[in-house]
Formats: sequence, C-alpha cells, structure tokens
Amino acid sequence: MMFTVVEVVIKGLIVILVLMGAAAYMTFCERVILARMQIRLGPNRVGPLGLLQPIADGLKLLLKEGFQPNNVDTFTYWLAPGISLITAFAAFTLIPIGGTILLWDHPIHLYIADVNAGIVFLLAFSSLAVYGIVLAGWASNNRYSLLGGLRGTAQMISYEIPMGISLMTVVMAAGTLSLPEIIDAQKDQWFVWTNPIGFIIYVITAFAETNRAPFDLPEAEQELIGGYHTEYGGMKFAMFFLAEYVNILAVSAIAVTLFLGGWHGPGNIPVLWFALKVAAFVFLFIWVRATMARLRYDQLMSFGWKVLIPIATANLIVTSYFTLVAK
Amino acid sequence: MKKTSTFSKVISMFRGLFIVLKYGFKRPVTIRYPEEKRVLPPRTRGRHYLTKWNDGKERCVGCELCAIVCPSQAIYVKPAENTPEDNHSHGERYAKDFQINMLRCIYCGYCEEACPTGAIILSNECEISGYTRESLIFTKEKLTEQNPGDSGRDPNREI
Repeated sequence: MMFTVVEVVIKGLIVILVLMGAAAYMTFCERVILARMQIRLGPNRVGPLGLLQPIADGLKLLLKEGFQPNNVDTFTYWLAPGISLITAFAAFTLIPIGGTILLWDHPIHLYIADVNAGIVFLLAFSSLAVYGIVLAGWASNNRYSLLGGLRGTAQMISYEIPMGISLMTVVMAAGTLSLPEIIDAQKDQWFVWTNPIGFIIYVITAFAETNRAPFDLPEAEQELIGGYHTEYGGMKFAMFFLAEYVNILAVSAIAVTLFLGGWHGPGNIPVLWFALKVAAFVFLFIWVRATMARLRYDQLMSFGWKVLIPIATANLIVTSYFTLVAK
Repeated sequence: MKKTSTFSKVISMFRGLFIVLKYGFKRPVTIRYPEEKRVLPPRTRGRHYLTKWNDGKERCVGCELCAIVCPSQAIYVKPAENTPEDNHSHGERYAKDFQINMLRCIYCGYCEEACPTGAIILSNECEISGYTRESLIFTKEKLTEQNPGDSGRDPNREI
C-alpha cells in the first residue's frame, strides 16, 4: 500500500514537471512555427536559437506586480486560474504513455490511475475546465471579461456534446471505458482508420474545447481585448496560459490514445511513439492557428448544433450498427 | 452572389492549410537589425552635415534660407560677419552657431534644396539615437565635417 502511494506521488510529480516544461516549450515552438509560416524568424535572442525564451518569459511573469483591479470578487478572482490549471492537469492522470515496465523487479504501469470509467472521467474534467473561464470572466468586474467567459461557456458546452458522442463510438468499438484497454484494442488497427468521421469530429471539437483558433472566441483579442483573462497579470495570467497549453496537450493525448493507437508503433519505443504522436497533433494545432480565421459567434453555434451534432449522431448510429449487428 | 458548394469550401480550407505550410519553408524576410543592415539606396536622407570647401573654409554663408524653408522649424542659425582676421567662409557672413534638432527634423531635404552654396546636405546615416533630448540637438561642432569631403560630398563641387 505504502509503495503504491509513493509510486503514484512520484509519477504525479514527474507528469506535472514534464507537462509544465512541455507547455513552456510549446509556447516557444508555437511562436517559432507561426513566425516561419508568416515568413518571419520568431524569437531568437535569448540563448542559442532563442531556446531560453520560455525561461525568460516565465521569470518575467513571476516578477510582475501582483495586481488586482478594484471591485473584483477576490476569492473567485484568485480561484479561477487554479481551477483552469488543475482541470487541465487532471486529464493526464489517466493517459497511458506506455505499457508496463519493470523497475527493480517491480512492474510499473506508465499511467497514474486506471479508472474503469476513464473516458467519463476525462469528459467530466474537460467540462469542469469551463468553470475556470466563466469564473474568471465573472470575477474580473469587466464587461469584456464577462463576455469572454459567457462565450467560453456557451461554446464549450455546445461542443462537449459532439465530442462526447464521437468518443462514444470509440467506446463502442473497443467495448470498454478504460483507456489502457482501449489502447490494447488498437494494437492491430487504429480507430482512426475504422472511424475517420469520429476522429474528424473529435479534432474539430478539440479545437473548440481548448479555445484555440479558429474557435478562440472567449479570448478574441480584436473584439474582447483578452477575453476572460483581460484583468489578469503576472503569474495568474501565466497560469491561464499554462492551462491553455496543457489543455492542448491533454486533448492531443486523448486523441492519440483513443484514435491513433496510443503508444503502439513499430519498434520497442512506446513512450517515444506517444510523444511523437502528441507532438504531431500539437503541430496541427499551431498550423491551423496560422491558417484559419476566427468564426463569427453565430456561425460557431450553428456549426456546432446543426452540423457537428447530427453528423456525430449519425456516426454513432452507423458505428453501433457495425459493432452490434454486422459483427 | 455565386453559390459555392460546401464541398468546395472544405477543399479550399485544406488548400489554405497547405499554402500556409508551403510558406513555412520559405526563407524569412526578417533582417536581424543590429547584425545585418539593409543596404540603403544612395540618395537616402539621413543626418545632416555642414560641408567645407577644398581649402577648409565652411560653405555656409549664414543666409538662414534653410531655417526659413524648414517645415518643422528644426534649424537654428545665428549668422555673424566675417572679418579679415576671423574668416570662416567665402562669403561676407558665416554661421556662428548652427543647431538642428534631430527630434523635430522630418528629413524632407528642403534645407538641402534651399541652400545656395550646397553647405547643408543630408547624408545616408540614419541611425540617430540618444538617451536625452539635449543630446539630439546637434550643434555646429557635431554637424560640421572634420575634413573636406568626409560627408561624402565632393569638396570641389560648386553648389
């Protein structure tokens, strides 16, 4: 029992540290890749090739004044960034990043927890992420923030539905809710080949869930200044920023786990395969951000409700036909 | 309005993605400024110089035409009479004091055009910066070229 607790704590610490580092360097990669796609150079001043830029950014944000505007709801104002970050991290307790390895004759599973209803847990935490945004918008005592928070809520709730439905097709095909078992079911054939429509719907909703372009309405700079984090500065802003990037990693990791075969791949390098697939997904996020223009709010809503939900439902029905009847 | 099918809209979105990807492999147009510098055209207008004749005399005769024509009133000229003992220029007068406020100057080059002796010219040096306002009011010592021809202007040229 004691050993299990120690093991989980160590794994948790490693995951948090790796995620923090990965999120920090994602900001750097994003800036460089965006710059390249706009025929610019991007950050290249701090350290060799600008590689120390995230550290400089982090130090700058840490040393900022802890500023709080007048008439904000103090408790909620300080709580919101924490909620965002914690819900972003929580998804990673379930993601298996590799098989089981032997360490000092003791089998170590490369995931923190194997919840038998893993997907439900993931959906629950991605829904909770909305609280960070809406509470930040509400507590800031700023109209733009409030608008951003409201947009975030509406968007995330309406895109949660097609996301859930598209994940249900995977659950049906695999016949289980547990993530390690879903990965085992994809040993021979990834679900992206058997279920491409579900994958596409998941990717689109993932963009909306993480508030990334072209669905970045809650923080639309041109209309809402910064949206829900307008009134946040310093480390509180950095926490929102980290949460956004950890969220991107989380939805990428979920996509890899559910559709791209998790850590399976040729050769005996499971963790590396997982990291490569997630990196490819993160690149897709940045690539799309460099290309797509932001949707208008009504377009966003009608796309979610009139296009994605019917397609996802039809896909669910077709999948259930093939899994239950035609098998 | 021409109605485009949903299919062609989706296709054009993917084409857009690949156009952006193609641009990702192009050479960046950025010039890393302090290390690399853009090659400026030869007639770029930069900081001013007060030029000299080949014999070391100043060209400026203190006529103040540059100060009059200056649209941003950046030039101050205080003329004085030449005396046989204290002879600075080829004319009757010379500029005892000559100041240009580089913060006000808009580098239009009118002063250069107005000058009857070709004394004031705009050089190619456009990297003008300072920590105080006072340091950017260029005085006569700073504006006058050290040796005839230093500013790039032929000291034998008439105007």
